Amino acid sequence: MNYQAIRSIYKFEMARMFRTVVQSIVAPVLSTSLYFVIFGAVIGSRIAEIDGVSYGAFIVPGLIMLAIMTESISNSSFAIYFPRFTGTIFEVLSAPVSYVEVVIGYVGAAATKSVIVGLIIFATANFFVDIKLAHPFVMLLFLVLTSVSFCLFGFILGIWADGWEKLTIVPVLVIMPLTFLGGTFYSISMLPEVWQTISLFNPVVYLISGFRWSFYENADVSVWLSIATTVGFLLLCLLIVRWIFKTGYKLRS
Amino acid sequence: MDSILSISNLSKTYAGGFEALKNVNLEIERGEIFALLGPNGAGKTTLINIVCGIVSASSGKALVNGHDISTDFRKAREVIGLVPQELPVETFESVWNTCTFSRGLFGRSPNPAHIEKVLKSLSLWDKKDSRIMELSGGMKRRVLIAKALSHDPELLFLDEPTAGVDVELRQAMWRVVNELRDSGVTVILTTHYIAEAEQMADRVGIINGGEIILVQEKDSLMQELGKKQLTLNLHEALQEIPSQLSAYKLVLNDEGRELVYTYDTKDERTGITALLGELQAADVRFNDLHTSQSSLEDIFVDLVKRPQ
Repeated sequence: MNYQAIRSIYKFEMARMFRTVVQSIVAPVLSTSLYFVIFGAVIGSRIAEIDGVSYGAFIVPGLIMLAIMTESISNSSFAIYFPRFTGTIFEVLSAPVSYVEVVIGYVGAAATKSVIVGLIIFATANFFVDIKLAHPFVMLLFLVLTSVSFCLFGFILGIWADGWEKLTIVPVLVIMPLTFLGGTFYSISMLPEVWQTISLFNPVVYLISGFRWSFYENADVSVWLSIATTVGFLLLCLLIVRWIFKTGYKLRS
Repeated sequence: MDSILSISNLSKTYAGGFEALKNVNLEIERGEIFALLGPNGAGKTTLINIVCGIVSASSGKALVNGHDISTDFRKAREVIGLVPQELPVETFESVWNTCTFSRGLFGRSPNPAHIEKVLKSLSLWDKKDSRIMELSGGMKRRVLIAKALSHDPELLFLDEPTAGVDVELRQAMWRVVNELRDSGVTVILTTHYIAEAEQMADRVGIINGGEIILVQEKDSLMQELGKKQLTLNLHEALQEIPSQLSAYKLVLNDEGRELVYTYDTKDERTGITALLGELQAADVRFNDLHTSQSSLEDIFVDLVKRPQ
Protein backbone atom coordinates (compact mmCIF):
# COMPACT_ATOMS: atom_id res chain seq x y z
CA MET A 1 0.00 0.00 0.00
CA ASN A 2 1.36 3.41 -1.02
CA TYR A 3 0.37 5.46 2.06
CA GLN A 4 2.32 8.50 0.91
CA ALA A 5 0.22 8.61 -2.25
CA ILE A 6 -3.04 8.43 -0.29
CA ARG A 7 -1.78 11.22 1.96
CA SER A 8 -0.75 13.33 -1.03
CA ILE A 9 -4.05 12.97 -2.90
CA TYR A 10 -6.05 13.56 0.29
CA LYS A 11 -4.06 16.66 1.27
CA PHE A 12 -4.17 18.01 -2.27
CA GLU A 13 -7.95 17.63 -2.45
CA MET A 14 -8.55 19.08 1.02
CA ALA A 15 -6.39 22.08 0.09
CA ARG A 16 -8.63 22.56 -2.94
CA MET A 17 -11.66 22.60 -0.65
CA PHE A 18 -10.19 25.22 1.66
CA ARG A 19 -9.18 27.30 -1.36
CA THR A 20 -12.79 27.26 -2.55
CA VAL A 21 -14.37 27.42 0.89
CA VAL A 22 -17.30 29.59 -0.24
CA GLN A 23 -18.32 27.13 -2.94
CA SER A 24 -17.49 24.00 -0.92
CA ILE A 25 -18.93 24.87 2.46
CA VAL A 26 -20.62 28.26 2.68
CA ALA A 27 -22.90 27.77 -0.36
CA PRO A 28 -24.49 24.43 0.68
CA VAL A 29 -24.82 25.55 4.31
CA LEU A 30 -26.47 28.81 3.30
CA SER A 31 -28.90 27.27 0.79
CA THR A 32 -29.95 24.57 3.27
CA SER A 33 -30.36 27.16 6.04
CA LEU A 34 -32.85 29.00 3.83
CA TYR A 35 -35.05 25.90 3.97
CA PHE A 36 -34.92 26.01 7.79
CA VAL A 37 -35.84 29.66 7.80
CA ILE A 38 -38.74 29.28 5.37
CA PHE A 39 -40.13 25.85 6.25
CA GLY A 40 -39.04 25.81 9.86
CA ALA A 41 -39.42 29.28 11.28
CA VAL A 42 -41.77 31.02 8.82
CA ILE A 43 -44.39 28.59 7.51
CA GLY A 44 -43.48 25.53 9.60
CA SER A 45 -45.61 26.77 12.49
CA ARG A 46 -48.70 26.64 10.24
CA ILE A 47 -48.07 23.01 9.23
CA ALA A 48 -49.28 20.20 11.44
CA GLU A 49 -46.80 18.02 13.36
CA ILE A 50 -45.73 14.78 11.70
CA ASP A 51 -45.48 11.73 13.98
CA GLY A 52 -45.32 14.07 16.97
CA VAL A 53 -42.45 16.15 15.55
CA SER A 54 -42.85 19.80 14.54
CA TYR A 55 -42.58 20.27 10.77
CA GLY A 56 -39.50 22.47 11.03
CA ALA A 57 -37.66 19.77 13.01
CA PHE A 58 -39.06 16.95 10.86
CA ILE A 59 -37.41 18.19 7.66
CA VAL A 60 -33.93 18.67 9.20
CA PRO A 61 -32.62 15.10 8.67
CA GLY A 62 -33.96 15.04 5.09
CA LEU A 63 -32.38 18.40 4.31
CA ILE A 64 -29.01 17.33 5.73
CA MET A 65 -29.22 14.19 3.56
CA LEU A 66 -30.20 16.25 0.52
CA ALA A 67 -27.19 18.53 1.05
CA ILE A 68 -24.61 15.79 1.63
CA MET A 69 -25.84 13.70 -1.29
CA THR A 70 -25.64 16.64 -3.67
CA GLU A 71 -22.30 17.82 -2.27
CA SER A 72 -20.80 14.33 -2.30
CA ILE A 73 -21.68 13.79 -5.93
CA SER A 74 -20.54 17.18 -7.13
CA ASN A 75 -17.32 17.19 -5.06
CA SER A 76 -16.03 13.81 -6.07
CA SER A 77 -17.23 13.89 -9.68
CA PHE A 78 -15.46 17.22 -10.14
CA ALA A 79 -12.34 15.98 -8.31
CA ILE A 80 -11.75 13.22 -10.85
CA TYR A 81 -13.33 14.83 -13.94
CA PHE A 82 -11.21 17.99 -13.76
CA PRO A 83 -7.84 16.15 -13.98
CA ARG A 84 -9.27 14.12 -16.87
CA PHE A 85 -10.39 17.33 -18.56
CA THR A 86 -7.04 19.11 -18.10
CA GLY A 87 -4.94 15.99 -18.70
CA THR A 88 -3.22 16.02 -15.29
CA ILE A 89 -4.70 12.54 -14.67
CA PHE A 90 -1.64 11.20 -16.52
CA GLU A 91 0.36 11.56 -13.34
CA VAL A 92 -2.03 9.46 -11.25
CA LEU A 93 -2.17 6.81 -13.98
CA SER A 94 1.62 6.65 -14.23
CA ALA A 95 2.23 6.62 -10.46
CA PRO A 96 2.93 3.46 -8.48
CA VAL A 97 -0.59 3.41 -7.05
CA SER A 98 -3.45 0.95 -7.35
CA TYR A 99 -7.08 1.98 -7.62
CA VAL A 100 -7.45 1.40 -3.88
CA GLU A 101 -5.09 4.29 -3.03
CA VAL A 102 -6.63 6.54 -5.70
CA VAL A 103 -10.15 5.90 -4.41
CA ILE A 104 -9.22 6.28 -0.73
CA GLY A 105 -7.48 9.60 -1.54
CA TYR A 106 -10.12 11.20 -3.75
CA VAL A 107 -13.26 9.69 -2.21
CA GLY A 108 -11.89 10.06 1.32
CA ALA A 109 -11.29 13.79 0.83
CA ALA A 110 -14.67 14.35 -0.85
CA ALA A 111 -16.46 12.38 1.90
CA THR A 112 -14.65 14.37 4.59
CA LYS A 113 -15.95 17.58 3.03
CA SER A 114 -19.49 16.16 2.94
CA VAL A 115 -19.37 15.12 6.59
CA ILE A 116 -18.08 18.60 7.54
CA VAL A 117 -20.91 20.21 5.52
CA GLY A 118 -23.46 17.84 7.13
CA LEU A 119 -22.27 18.66 10.65
CA ILE A 120 -22.25 22.42 10.03
CA ILE A 121 -25.79 22.22 8.64
CA PHE A 122 -26.84 20.21 11.70
CA ALA A 123 -25.31 22.82 14.00
CA THR A 124 -26.94 25.65 12.00
CA ALA A 125 -30.36 23.97 12.12
CA ASN A 126 -30.23 24.14 15.93
CA PHE A 127 -30.46 27.91 15.69
CA PHE A 128 -33.80 27.77 13.86
CA VAL A 129 -35.61 24.71 15.19
CA ASP A 130 -35.57 22.47 18.27
CA ILE A 131 -33.92 19.23 17.32
CA LYS A 132 -33.77 16.05 19.35
CA LEU A 133 -30.95 13.67 18.53
CA ALA A 134 -31.85 10.24 19.95
CA HIS A 135 -28.98 8.16 18.52
CA PRO A 136 -25.92 10.30 17.75
CA PHE A 137 -23.74 7.34 16.75
CA VAL A 138 -26.33 5.97 14.34
CA MET A 139 -26.69 9.50 12.96
CA LEU A 140 -22.91 9.68 12.41
CA LEU A 141 -22.91 6.21 10.87
CA PHE A 142 -25.54 7.25 8.32
CA LEU A 143 -23.74 10.51 7.68
CA VAL A 144 -20.44 8.76 6.96
CA LEU A 145 -21.95 5.84 5.01
CA THR A 146 -24.05 8.13 2.84
CA SER A 147 -21.17 10.52 2.24
CA VAL A 148 -18.78 7.73 1.25
CA SER A 149 -21.26 5.89 -0.98
CA PHE A 150 -22.43 9.03 -2.82
CA CYS A 151 -18.82 10.20 -3.19
CA LEU A 152 -18.08 6.82 -4.80
CA PHE A 153 -21.11 7.32 -7.02
CA GLY A 154 -19.85 10.81 -7.94
CA PHE A 155 -16.41 9.36 -8.66
CA ILE A 156 -17.97 6.90 -11.11
CA LEU A 157 -19.95 9.76 -12.66
CA GLY A 158 -16.77 11.83 -13.04
CA ILE A 159 -15.09 8.97 -14.92
CA TRP A 160 -18.13 8.20 -17.06
CA ALA A 161 -18.79 11.82 -18.04
CA ASP A 162 -17.09 13.05 -21.18
CA GLY A 163 -18.44 16.58 -21.00
CA TRP A 164 -19.57 19.13 -18.44
CA GLU A 165 -23.21 18.55 -19.35
CA LYS A 166 -23.09 14.86 -18.45
CA LEU A 167 -21.49 15.81 -15.16
CA THR A 168 -24.51 17.88 -14.11
CA ILE A 169 -27.25 15.89 -15.80
CA VAL A 170 -27.31 13.00 -13.31
CA PRO A 171 -27.48 15.14 -10.13
CA VAL A 172 -30.21 17.33 -11.61
CA LEU A 173 -32.31 14.75 -13.44
CA VAL A 174 -31.89 11.72 -11.20
CA ILE A 175 -30.66 12.55 -7.71
CA MET A 176 -32.65 15.74 -7.13
CA PRO A 177 -36.09 14.17 -7.98
CA LEU A 178 -35.27 11.00 -6.02
CA THR A 179 -34.34 13.10 -2.97
CA PHE A 180 -37.36 15.42 -3.17
CA LEU A 181 -39.64 12.41 -3.61
CA GLY A 182 -37.71 10.37 -1.05
CA GLY A 183 -39.35 11.84 2.01
CA THR A 184 -37.27 14.93 2.69
CA PHE A 185 -40.36 17.08 3.17
CA TYR A 186 -42.95 14.45 4.14
CA SER A 187 -43.41 11.04 5.65
CA ILE A 188 -44.03 8.27 3.11
CA SER A 189 -47.00 7.17 5.25
CA MET A 190 -48.77 10.43 4.25
CA LEU A 191 -48.95 9.27 0.61
CA PRO A 192 -51.76 7.26 -1.00
CA GLU A 193 -51.04 3.52 -0.77
CA VAL A 194 -50.01 3.10 -4.41
CA TRP A 195 -47.45 5.93 -4.11
CA GLN A 196 -46.18 4.41 -0.88
CA THR A 197 -45.43 1.19 -2.78
CA ILE A 198 -43.81 3.10 -5.65
CA SER A 199 -41.72 5.10 -3.16
CA LEU A 200 -40.25 1.89 -1.79
CA PHE A 201 -38.38 1.52 -5.11
CA ASN A 202 -36.63 4.81 -4.41
CA PRO A 203 -33.36 4.00 -2.59
CA VAL A 204 -33.19 7.51 -1.11
CA VAL A 205 -36.31 6.74 0.98
CA TYR A 206 -34.27 4.21 2.97
CA LEU A 207 -31.44 6.67 3.61
CA ILE A 208 -33.67 9.50 4.77
CA SER A 209 -35.85 7.19 6.81
CA GLY A 210 -32.89 5.64 8.63
CA PHE A 211 -31.26 9.02 9.18
CA ARG A 212 -34.50 10.49 10.54
CA TRP A 213 -34.87 7.51 12.87
CA SER A 214 -31.53 8.39 14.47
CA PHE A 215 -33.08 11.78 15.38
CA TYR A 216 -36.70 11.09 16.30
CA GLU A 217 -36.95 7.28 16.44
CA ASN A 218 -39.69 7.19 13.84
CA ALA A 219 -39.10 5.74 10.41
CA ASP A 220 -40.92 4.76 7.22
CA VAL A 221 -38.93 1.53 6.94
CA SER A 222 -36.92 -0.56 9.40
CA VAL A 223 -33.62 1.07 10.36
CA TRP A 224 -31.80 -2.20 9.63
CA LEU A 225 -33.22 -2.19 6.13
CA SER A 226 -31.97 1.39 5.78
CA ILE A 227 -28.46 0.43 6.88
CA ALA A 228 -28.50 -2.63 4.61
CA THR A 229 -29.59 -0.51 1.61
CA THR A 230 -26.86 2.06 2.23
CA VAL A 231 -24.17 -0.60 2.65
CA GLY A 232 -25.50 -2.39 -0.45
CA PHE A 233 -25.26 0.81 -2.50
CA LEU A 234 -21.75 1.38 -1.16
CA LEU A 235 -20.64 -2.13 -2.16
CA LEU A 236 -22.20 -1.77 -5.61
CA CYS A 237 -20.29 1.48 -6.18
CA LEU A 238 -17.05 -0.14 -4.96
CA LEU A 239 -17.51 -3.02 -7.42
CA ILE A 240 -18.07 -0.58 -10.29
CA VAL A 241 -14.98 1.46 -9.33
CA ARG A 242 -12.93 -1.75 -9.15
CA TRP A 243 -14.18 -2.75 -12.60
CA ILE A 244 -13.33 0.72 -13.98
CA PHE A 245 -9.72 0.47 -12.84
CA LYS A 246 -9.33 -3.19 -13.83
CA THR A 247 -10.53 -2.54 -17.36
CA GLY A 248 -9.20 1.03 -17.61
CA TYR A 249 -12.68 2.17 -18.73
CA LYS A 250 -12.38 5.78 -19.98
CA LEU A 251 -9.05 6.07 -18.16
CA ARG A 252 -6.58 3.97 -20.14
CA SER A 253 -6.90 3.50 -23.88
CA MET B 1 24.51 -5.13 -21.05
CA ASP B 2 22.78 -3.71 -17.98
CA SER B 3 19.30 -2.85 -19.23
CA ILE B 4 17.07 -0.49 -17.29
CA LEU B 5 14.26 -0.96 -19.79
CA SER B 6 13.66 -4.08 -21.78
CA ILE B 7 10.78 -4.13 -24.26
CA SER B 8 9.88 -7.32 -26.09
CA ASN B 9 7.30 -7.95 -28.82
CA LEU B 10 5.23 -4.97 -27.74
CA SER B 11 2.18 -4.25 -29.89
CA LYS B 12 -0.69 -1.84 -29.55
CA THR B 13 -3.87 -1.66 -31.57
CA TYR B 14 -6.28 1.07 -30.47
CA ALA B 15 -10.03 0.45 -30.19
CA GLY B 16 -10.61 2.11 -33.56
CA GLY B 17 -8.33 -0.48 -35.20
CA PHE B 18 -5.27 1.78 -35.58
CA GLU B 19 -2.09 -0.25 -35.16
CA ALA B 20 0.18 2.15 -33.28
CA LEU B 21 2.96 -0.30 -32.40
CA LYS B 22 3.98 -3.45 -34.25
CA ASN B 23 6.06 -5.97 -32.36
CA VAL B 24 8.53 -3.50 -30.89
CA ASN B 25 11.74 -4.79 -29.28
CA LEU B 26 14.06 -2.37 -27.54
CA GLU B 27 16.76 -2.47 -24.86
CA ILE B 28 17.76 0.71 -23.06
CA GLU B 29 21.07 0.69 -21.24
CA ARG B 30 21.37 2.12 -17.77
CA GLY B 31 22.78 5.63 -17.78
CA GLU B 32 22.48 6.37 -21.48
CA ILE B 33 20.66 9.13 -23.30
CA PHE B 34 18.51 7.51 -25.93
CA ALA B 35 16.81 9.60 -28.59
CA LEU B 36 13.70 8.13 -30.13
CA LEU B 37 13.04 9.81 -33.43
CA GLY B 38 10.10 9.43 -35.73
CA PRO B 39 7.58 11.45 -37.68
CA ASN B 40 4.22 12.42 -36.18
CA GLY B 41 2.04 9.38 -35.51
CA ALA B 42 5.00 6.98 -35.64
CA GLY B 43 4.21 5.53 -32.20
CA LYS B 44 6.73 7.36 -29.99
CA THR B 45 4.23 8.63 -27.45
CA THR B 46 2.27 5.36 -27.44
CA LEU B 47 5.49 3.50 -26.62
CA ILE B 48 6.29 5.87 -23.75
CA ASN B 49 2.71 5.83 -22.47
CA ILE B 50 2.62 2.04 -22.36
CA VAL B 51 5.83 1.85 -20.33
CA CYS B 52 4.49 4.51 -17.95
CA GLY B 53 1.10 2.84 -17.49
CA ILE B 54 -1.09 5.40 -19.23
CA VAL B 55 -1.94 3.16 -22.18
CA SER B 56 -2.42 -0.62 -22.01
CA ALA B 57 -0.42 -2.79 -24.40
CA SER B 58 -2.31 -5.20 -26.68
CA SER B 59 0.48 -7.78 -26.41
CA GLY B 60 4.12 -8.14 -25.46
CA LYS B 61 5.87 -7.02 -22.33
CA ALA B 62 8.17 -4.44 -20.87
CA LEU B 63 10.46 -4.70 -17.86
CA VAL B 64 11.75 -1.71 -15.92
CA ASN B 65 14.68 -2.64 -13.67
CA GLY B 66 13.56 -6.23 -14.24
CA HIS B 67 10.01 -5.54 -12.99
CA ASP B 68 7.10 -6.23 -15.32
CA ILE B 69 5.12 -3.03 -15.99
CA SER B 70 1.76 -4.78 -15.58
CA THR B 71 2.26 -7.49 -12.95
CA ASP B 72 4.81 -5.63 -10.82
CA PHE B 73 3.73 -2.11 -11.72
CA ARG B 74 4.56 -0.50 -8.39
CA LYS B 75 8.25 -1.44 -8.52
CA ALA B 76 8.40 -0.59 -12.21
CA ARG B 77 6.72 2.81 -12.01
CA GLU B 78 8.38 4.15 -8.87
CA VAL B 79 11.66 4.67 -10.73
CA ILE B 80 10.08 6.33 -13.78
CA GLY B 81 9.66 10.06 -14.33
CA LEU B 82 7.58 11.30 -17.24
CA VAL B 83 7.47 14.71 -18.86
CA PRO B 84 4.54 14.50 -21.26
CA GLN B 85 4.29 16.17 -24.62
CA GLU B 86 1.35 18.43 -23.78
CA LEU B 87 1.23 20.83 -20.85
CA PRO B 88 -1.21 19.25 -18.41
CA VAL B 89 -0.75 21.28 -15.23
CA GLU B 90 -2.76 21.93 -12.10
CA THR B 91 -3.68 25.47 -13.11
CA PHE B 92 -4.73 26.72 -9.68
CA GLU B 93 -1.92 25.14 -7.67
CA SER B 94 1.38 26.67 -6.68
CA VAL B 95 4.61 25.33 -8.17
CA TRP B 96 5.75 24.11 -4.77
CA ASN B 97 2.52 22.26 -3.98
CA THR B 98 2.33 20.54 -7.33
CA CYS B 99 5.91 19.24 -6.97
CA THR B 100 5.30 18.08 -3.41
CA PHE B 101 2.16 16.31 -4.60
CA SER B 102 4.11 14.50 -7.35
CA ARG B 103 6.75 13.30 -4.91
CA GLY B 104 4.12 11.92 -2.53
CA LEU B 105 2.18 10.27 -5.33
CA PHE B 106 5.28 8.25 -6.17
CA GLY B 107 5.48 7.01 -2.59
CA ARG B 108 8.36 9.19 -1.42
CA SER B 109 8.32 10.85 1.97
CA PRO B 110 8.41 14.67 1.94
CA ASN B 111 11.84 16.13 1.21
CA PRO B 112 11.71 19.93 0.90
CA ALA B 113 15.49 20.11 0.36
CA HIS B 114 15.25 17.93 -2.75
CA ILE B 115 12.32 19.89 -4.18
CA GLU B 116 14.27 23.08 -3.54
CA LYS B 117 17.29 21.67 -5.39
CA VAL B 118 15.15 20.63 -8.37
CA LEU B 119 13.37 24.00 -8.56
CA LYS B 120 16.68 25.85 -8.36
CA SER B 121 18.25 23.74 -11.09
CA LEU B 122 15.35 24.67 -13.38
CA SER B 123 15.41 28.35 -12.39
CA LEU B 124 11.97 28.00 -10.82
CA TRP B 125 12.87 28.81 -7.24
CA ASP B 126 11.61 32.41 -7.37
CA LYS B 127 8.33 31.10 -8.81
CA LYS B 128 7.76 28.46 -6.15
CA ASP B 129 4.75 30.24 -4.65
CA SER B 130 3.27 31.35 -7.97
CA ARG B 131 0.14 29.72 -9.22
CA ILE B 132 0.85 27.73 -12.37
CA MET B 133 -1.78 29.66 -14.33
CA GLU B 134 0.39 32.76 -13.97
CA LEU B 135 3.38 31.15 -15.69
CA SER B 136 4.37 31.27 -19.35
CA GLY B 137 4.31 28.16 -21.55
CA GLY B 138 8.05 27.65 -21.18
CA MET B 139 7.81 27.96 -17.41
CA LYS B 140 4.99 25.42 -17.34
CA ARG B 141 7.26 23.05 -19.24
CA ARG B 142 9.89 23.53 -16.53
CA VAL B 143 7.27 22.80 -13.86
CA LEU B 144 6.47 19.50 -15.59
CA ILE B 145 10.14 18.60 -15.59
CA ALA B 146 10.41 19.57 -11.92
CA LYS B 147 7.41 17.37 -11.12
CA ALA B 148 8.97 14.44 -12.97
CA LEU B 149 12.25 14.90 -11.08
CA SER B 150 10.65 15.41 -7.68
CA HIS B 151 10.84 11.70 -6.81
CA ASP B 152 14.41 11.05 -8.00
CA PRO B 153 13.58 8.87 -11.02
CA GLU B 154 16.18 6.49 -12.43
CA LEU B 155 14.55 6.49 -15.85
CA LEU B 156 13.27 9.77 -17.26
CA PHE B 157 11.06 10.07 -20.30
CA LEU B 158 11.11 13.43 -22.03
CA ASP B 159 8.42 13.49 -24.69
CA GLU B 160 9.14 16.46 -26.96
CA PRO B 161 10.61 18.46 -24.06
CA THR B 162 11.73 21.43 -26.12
CA ALA B 163 8.59 21.90 -28.21
CA GLY B 164 7.63 25.57 -28.01
CA VAL B 165 10.40 26.72 -25.69
CA ASP B 166 12.86 29.50 -26.34
CA VAL B 167 16.58 29.05 -26.97
CA GLU B 168 17.60 30.00 -23.46
CA LEU B 169 15.28 27.50 -21.84
CA ARG B 170 16.26 24.82 -24.33
CA GLN B 171 19.89 25.24 -23.37
CA ALA B 172 19.01 25.24 -19.67
CA MET B 173 17.05 22.05 -20.22
CA TRP B 174 19.95 20.30 -21.89
CA ARG B 175 22.21 21.42 -19.09
CA VAL B 176 19.83 19.69 -16.67
CA VAL B 177 19.75 16.58 -18.85
CA ASN B 178 23.54 16.49 -18.86
CA GLU B 179 23.61 16.80 -15.08
CA LEU B 180 21.09 13.99 -14.82
CA ARG B 181 23.20 11.79 -17.04
CA ASP B 182 26.21 12.55 -14.87
CA SER B 183 24.23 11.47 -11.81
CA GLY B 184 23.36 8.18 -13.49
CA VAL B 185 19.81 8.85 -14.66
CA THR B 186 18.80 7.17 -17.91
CA VAL B 187 17.03 9.55 -20.28
CA ILE B 188 14.78 8.59 -23.17
CA LEU B 189 13.74 11.55 -25.26
CA THR B 190 11.70 12.16 -28.31
CA THR B 191 12.27 15.32 -30.23
CA HIS B 192 11.58 16.95 -33.54
CA TYR B 193 14.77 18.96 -33.27
CA ILE B 194 17.08 16.34 -34.62
CA ALA B 195 20.05 18.60 -34.09
CA GLU B 196 19.40 18.17 -30.38
CA ALA B 197 19.45 14.42 -30.61
CA GLU B 198 22.64 14.71 -32.61
CA GLN B 199 24.14 16.83 -29.88
CA MET B 200 22.86 14.95 -26.83
CA ALA B 201 22.15 11.30 -27.52
CA ASP B 202 24.42 8.32 -27.02
CA ARG B 203 22.16 6.12 -29.11
CA VAL B 204 19.40 6.80 -31.57
CA GLY B 205 16.31 4.76 -32.35
CA ILE B 206 14.16 5.53 -35.35
CA ILE B 207 10.52 4.52 -35.29
CA ASN B 208 8.16 4.75 -38.23
CA GLY B 209 4.69 3.35 -38.73
CA GLY B 210 4.81 1.65 -35.31
CA GLU B 211 8.03 -0.23 -36.09
CA ILE B 212 11.54 0.38 -34.84
CA ILE B 213 13.49 0.56 -38.05
CA LEU B 214 16.89 1.24 -36.57
CA VAL B 215 18.70 1.41 -33.23
CA GLN B 216 22.33 2.41 -33.28
CA GLU B 217 25.10 4.29 -31.54
CA LYS B 218 24.75 7.83 -32.77
CA ASP B 219 28.39 8.21 -33.77
CA SER B 220 28.51 5.00 -35.76
CA LEU B 221 25.18 5.86 -37.39
CA MET B 222 26.51 9.21 -38.47
CA GLN B 223 29.62 7.56 -39.78
CA GLU B 224 27.82 4.73 -41.50
CA LEU B 225 24.98 6.58 -43.10
CA GLY B 226 26.49 10.02 -43.25
CA LYS B 227 27.64 11.21 -46.66
CA LYS B 228 30.26 13.82 -47.31
CA GLN B 229 30.23 16.17 -50.23
CA LEU B 230 33.00 18.17 -51.80
CA THR B 231 31.76 21.29 -53.58
CA LEU B 232 33.99 23.16 -56.02
CA ASN B 233 33.13 26.68 -57.17
CA LEU B 234 34.35 26.76 -60.75
CA HIS B 235 36.26 29.57 -62.34
CA GLU B 236 34.25 29.23 -65.51
CA ALA B 237 30.84 27.61 -65.88
CA LEU B 238 30.85 24.16 -67.51
CA GLN B 239 28.24 23.11 -70.07
CA GLU B 240 28.77 19.46 -69.22
CA ILE B 241 31.03 17.27 -67.15
CA PRO B 242 34.14 16.24 -69.07
CA SER B 243 33.89 12.59 -70.10
CA GLN B 244 37.18 11.60 -68.40
CA LEU B 245 35.57 12.50 -65.04
CA SER B 246 32.48 10.31 -65.50
CA ALA B 247 33.71 7.70 -62.98
CA TYR B 248 33.33 10.22 -60.16
CA LYS B 249 29.57 10.64 -60.69
CA LEU B 250 29.86 14.39 -60.35
CA VAL B 251 26.86 16.70 -60.34
CA LEU B 252 26.78 20.16 -61.87
CA ASN B 253 24.83 22.80 -59.98
CA ASP B 254 24.22 26.53 -60.15
CA GLU B 255 24.13 26.65 -63.95
CA GLY B 256 27.42 24.88 -64.28
CA ARG B 257 29.33 26.99 -61.79
CA GLU B 258 29.37 24.38 -59.02
CA LEU B 259 30.72 20.86 -59.20
CA VAL B 260 29.65 18.45 -56.43
CA TYR B 261 31.43 15.22 -55.57
CA THR B 262 29.77 12.85 -53.09
CA TYR B 263 32.02 10.34 -51.31
CA ASP B 264 31.75 7.78 -48.58
CA THR B 265 33.41 8.64 -45.27
CA LYS B 266 34.05 4.96 -44.52
CA ASP B 267 36.13 4.38 -47.63
CA GLU B 268 39.84 4.26 -47.13
CA ARG B 269 40.32 6.16 -50.35
CA THR B 270 37.90 8.98 -50.81
CA GLY B 271 39.18 9.68 -54.31
CA ILE B 272 39.61 13.37 -53.66
CA THR B 273 43.29 13.54 -54.56
CA ALA B 274 42.73 11.65 -57.79
CA LEU B 275 39.74 13.82 -58.66
CA LEU B 276 41.70 17.02 -58.11
CA GLY B 277 44.48 15.65 -60.31
CA GLU B 278 42.08 14.78 -63.09
CA LEU B 279 40.40 18.18 -62.85
CA GLN B 280 43.77 19.81 -63.38
CA ALA B 281 44.45 17.54 -66.32
CA ALA B 282 41.09 18.45 -67.83
CA ASP B 283 41.88 22.12 -67.21
CA VAL B 284 38.91 22.65 -64.97
CA ARG B 285 39.90 25.43 -62.62
CA PHE B 286 38.16 26.45 -59.44
CA ASN B 287 38.12 29.49 -57.13
CA ASP B 288 37.01 27.85 -53.91
CA LEU B 289 36.07 24.52 -52.39
CA HIS B 290 34.37 23.26 -49.25
CA THR B 291 33.15 19.98 -47.80
CA SER B 292 29.93 19.28 -45.94
CA GLN B 293 28.65 16.30 -43.98
CA SER B 294 25.05 15.13 -43.87
CA SER B 295 23.34 15.77 -40.55
CA LEU B 296 21.33 13.32 -38.48
CA GLU B 297 18.30 15.06 -39.92
CA ASP B 298 19.32 14.12 -43.48
CA ILE B 299 19.88 10.53 -42.34
CA PHE B 300 16.54 10.50 -40.56
CA VAL B 301 14.60 11.84 -43.54
CA ASP B 302 16.39 9.39 -45.79
CA LEU B 303 15.52 6.41 -43.54
CA VAL B 304 11.91 7.38 -42.93
CA LYS B 305 11.21 8.03 -46.59
CA ARG B 306 12.88 4.82 -47.68
CA PRO B 307 10.29 2.20 -48.75
CA GLN B 308 9.95 -0.47 -46.05
